[in-house]
Amino acid sequence: MLLLRLIVKNAFRHRLRALLTIAGVAIALTAFGLMRTVLDAWHAGVSASSANRLVTRNAVSITQPLPIAYKSRIRQVAGVNAVAAGNWFGGVYIDEKNFFANFAVEAEDFFRLYPELIVSPAEQKAFAMDRKGAIIGRKLADRFRWRVGDAVTLRGTIFPGQWPLTIRAVYKGARPDTDETVLYLHWAYIDEVMKKTSPGRAGQTGFFMIGIDDATRAAEISRNIDAQFRNSQAETLTETEKAFQMGFVSMSEAILMAITVVSYVVIVIILAVAANTMAMSARERLGEFAVLKTLGFAGPALGGMLLAESLLLSLSGAALAMVLLPAIADAFAKNLAQYFPIFFVSPRTMVLLPAFGAAVGVLAAVAPAVRVGSVRIAEAFRRIG
Amino acid sequence: MSMTRPLIEISHLSKSYRRGDQVIPVLSDITFDIAAGEFLALIGPSGSGKSTLLNCIAGIDAVDEGSIHIGGTDITTLSEGELAVWRSRHVGFIFQFYNLIPVLTALENVELPLLLTSLSARRRQEHALAALAAVGLPDRTDHKPAQLSGGQQQRVAIARAIVADPDIIVADEPTGDLDRRSAADILALLGRLNRELGKTIVMVTHDHRAAEAAHLVRELDKGELRVAP
Repeated sequence: MLLLRLIVKNAFRHRLRALLTIAGVAIALTAFGLMRTVLDAWHAGVSASSANRLVTRNAVSITQPLPIAYKSRIRQVAGVNAVAAGNWFGGVYIDEKNFFANFAVEAEDFFRLYPELIVSPAEQKAFAMDRKGAIIGRKLADRFRWRVGDAVTLRGTIFPGQWPLTIRAVYKGARPDTDETVLYLHWAYIDEVMKKTSPGRAGQTGFFMIGIDDATRAAEISRNIDAQFRNSQAETLTETEKAFQMGFVSMSEAILMAITVVSYVVIVIILAVAANTMAMSARERLGEFAVLKTLGFAGPALGGMLLAESLLLSLSGAALAMVLLPAIADAFAKNLAQYFPIFFVSPRTMVLLPAFGAAVGVLAAVAPAVRVGSVRIAEAFRRIG
Repeated sequence: MSMTRPLIEISHLSKSYRRGDQVIPVLSDITFDIAAGEFLALIGPSGSGKSTLLNCIAGIDAVDEGSIHIGGTDITTLSEGELAVWRSRHVGFIFQFYNLIPVLTALENVELPLLLTSLSARRRQEHALAALAAVGLPDRTDHKPAQLSGGQQQRVAIARAIVADPDIIVADEPTGDLDRRSAADILALLGRLNRELGKTIVMVTHDHRAAEAAHLVRELDKGELRVAP
């Protein structure tokens, strides 16, 4: 207990310096955690992907449509158990600043493919029966205070015109990484309107979501699907849902790499600050360490004491960061929901905070601990007069 | 006349310091013995090598040549780790500037050397309280060094030096930072430890009045030992 008291008292001997070091570590680790959370948010679509889902799109570009007639041919490929057409709808609610993702989908197959979107059977039925119905995520409903039965009109950007919709259902995610900020409407609704207003765009879809029985056969099934449409006017590219999502993420790869690098640079900077603190502390107390050595404390024990002080400071900072990060991430999530629909601190990031805190504590103490442990007593006494 | 072996046997001890290319001799061919229970004062002018000799005897400075046998052990052959253990068991230290740990109370400072023993926390506290009582500070246990006078701090340092019951007490200018009255008290206390507890004391001082408290006085001059007049 006395040794522990000595370590604690020495760590907080210069209260301001200790508190500033703890605050520095806490801020750096919080910034690190926040950047990791941003990276996680970017990859949320990838991590939420199912291995049992494929996406088929036009081989030229995702912006090029595919004929809806492909659906029945894809359905016949061995290993495929469900197919749903889908389109990025790109509708705007009043103003662009109210951005949220909205897709036109074939509802019945779509919800079979996405069991992580939980909707009550009654609401799902109500949505299925209303061609102008919409189903929205819980967070989107909270954001605009929409309720089932509310009328919402979207302004089409890809599909011009006003699109009156009625909220028929609110889904919630089965997992924390399920996006609850999306609006789904019926693909049949836009196809019906296109038939009247732009017949050339009718009977087309942006992509097909495909369910497969065996995830290990994904590559083979993808090849078989694409083989069906080789040398056609609209050749297809089929890939796993994860690869499809990664395609979007890789567009921002340079930014993501920069964020990753900066997050680690922050750790290196705080390591330098903590190392400086420990070096100053060791230098100021060299005489005391010499006294302890005189009393019989071995060099490694003294180095260990300094290491424990360093760990105490850095882990206090990490503990503070573990309190701050979820609160700050929560505030970020509320204010940036339209950009990062999935924004939460992952358990892995929460584990990394004390891990990096401990690493900073150990590395910051290495040089001063070695110096203290190896100091020659007579030399130290001569130096301090 | 007793034929028992002296507690401390110093034989042909030499030591020098290096300053760049320059070799500065500090101790030259020192040979003398100190009997158990002796109270020896090493005197001499500044730079005479008396503190270096004390450090060598206490095992906190290495020698260039010669040997120091203490209780039959040649401490010049011990490794740093072995010396640390040996010091914790056999030597109590008293410094000119007390060298107490400022963040600890008087009681905690005295208890420090006992952390290296197998005593329980309760037993350590009992020993530390007894040592503080022995130096006349039973009522200052919870005071930090900054809350004590110089004389009181030196008493705490003496309590720390005796708490582990060492054979030898080495004192480097123990009265050098004290007023005359406090210095006299400390010297009286050292005398009492020598007489009543049989501690062998080796004290370095440049103060001839302090040296008078010792039974035996040796003088160092330019690294060579002389019998003081």
